[in-house]
Amino acid sequence: MENWRNNKIAFFILSMPPTAWLMIFFTLPLAIMWVYSFADRGPQGQIELAINFDNYIRAVEWIHLGIIWKSIWTAAIATAITFAIGFPLAMGIAFAPPQWKNALLLMVILPFWTNLLIRTYAWIAVLRTRGFLNFGLEWVHDKINAFFALFGLTDLLGQFEALDLLYSHNAVVIGLVYVYLPFLVLPIYATLEKLDKSYLEASLDLGAGHWRTLFSITFPLALPGILSGCLLAFILSMGTFLTPDLLGGTDSEMIGNLIARQFTSSRDWPFGSALSFLLLYFTFIVLWVRATMADRNRGPV
Amino acid sequence: MSRRRLNVNPLDYSRKLWMRSAMGFTFFFLYFPIISLIIFSFNDSKRNITWQGFTLKYYEKAFNNNQLHEAFANSLLIAGISTLTATVLGAMLGLALYRFRFPMQGPYEGIVHLPIVIPEICLAVAMVAFFATVEVPLGLVTITVSHIAFSIPFVAVVIRARMAGFNRSLEEASADLGASQWQTFWNVTFPYMKPGLVAGALLAFTLSLDDFVITFFTSGPGSTTFPIKIYSMVRFSVTPEVNAASTVLIVITLALTTLALWVQSKSQRNESNA
Repeated sequence: MENWRNNKIAFFILSMPPTAWLMIFFTLPLAIMWVYSFADRGPQGQIELAINFDNYIRAVEWIHLGIIWKSIWTAAIATAITFAIGFPLAMGIAFAPPQWKNALLLMVILPFWTNLLIRTYAWIAVLRTRGFLNFGLEWVHDKINAFFALFGLTDLLGQFEALDLLYSHNAVVIGLVYVYLPFLVLPIYATLEKLDKSYLEASLDLGAGHWRTLFSITFPLALPGILSGCLLAFILSMGTFLTPDLLGGTDSEMIGNLIARQFTSSRDWPFGSALSFLLLYFTFIVLWVRATMADRNRGPV
Repeated sequence: MSRRRLNVNPLDYSRKLWMRSAMGFTFFFLYFPIISLIIFSFNDSKRNITWQGFTLKYYEKAFNNNQLHEAFANSLLIAGISTLTATVLGAMLGLALYRFRFPMQGPYEGIVHLPIVIPEICLAVAMVAFFATVEVPLGLVTITVSHIAFSIPFVAVVIRARMAGFNRSLEEASADLGASQWQTFWNVTFPYMKPGLVAGALLAFTLSLDDFVITFFTSGPGSTTFPIKIYSMVRFSVTPEVNAASTVLIVITLALTTLALWVQSKSQRNESNA
């Protein structure tokens, strides 16, 4: 690295154009939205500049607090499920024979390269009342019924009733798990991969079982990666807009949808701006926690 | 390590049945929706619920759909201009960050990488507020400008990662041999940067082509892009035509990403051979 003073011309030629673009088309829009978040909404939805905290106070009214709480709760459940299925996957890849690792990693990343909208849309065909999941369940149901009919217990389980999965809170959680799984698996895989396997061998040699080794050795050693992956999945789920929009029902609105609604049908930009900044602050806090933990783990251990 | 040692290693979890079934389940979960979407794009049934036989008629229908054509042309135009601009600006940013130490570097890096981490919906509505304030009507231009803004940091990250392996003494040697700064850049630094540029450009192109949330908010009448058209088709009804259009987009994105990976691995191989 070279001090910018040694080569001011090159420094300015390189840094000015991208800085200018980002200042005008990224930082300035955020600044404008920040100013709007203190403004008032006029009777026709126009913006009346002012300095008050009404929009932020409105955000913590019960009706909106419910949606914010629901977003946090949904993101937390989605993260927990993502971890429950992502951790075994990360571990399986980390302990796989070397020649398989890259192929398995690629298989985790591949769905992530397909369009977010399409990945979400694909779930509609799976989850709807006449969808693949219900067909599968119906098949299992009929087989069990047929099996018991052999013993004279006709119609033990009764008529199959399709589950109403689509356009519900559960569908949103499934969609979130699906979309953000790679973000959780990759950091966990990275720490498991670097982990000194001799600790695990020592634990097994000393008579601890696989489960005890997992909980007392692997989890604590992989904690930085686990936290990093979980926080990432959490914050991404928290800020989602498309998943509840396509898969959710009327009661599965999350904060992203609430923000979007203020800028479309409700035409309350100041309130939408305030909500947007609350989500941004929340994101920054989580990312800051993640960065501080990463720093601490990089230090002397 | 011999094959035999691998077999007896107690940490060889991937050979255990429970681990294999857990991984199998997760991969099934990851692939089933997309693969069934692709399979059902060939389904000869309007309601798209049960398999009725193979057909290509929904591809034909999608290819003859003028609105889809227009949306696809818009997407390519936006992605093309956005990629060109974002690659140049992002490469400049990546080089500046790789090369220079300057005051306020930490906060500066934090701000320029922000578009990668902030929720898309926040950026989308901020752009709407911005364009309304400066009174620019929403359309192709506003979409392109927004795409460039969020692509720059991604390209910068790729370029910086590429430059991390660069040997600065080559530049010094070039300067010692009397080359001007520009000659050194063009003949020494730039050739090394090229694979990074290609990878960054392909990333920017896919980001732009795939983007839905920001495009949705910054688009106006007559500036429908391919993902937005798919979204409105999904909203309207779930037909095999949507599956066919989606499959086309999946194939394009996968081809571009594979190309990017191939360019990167090829350049790595060339270096290790050199």
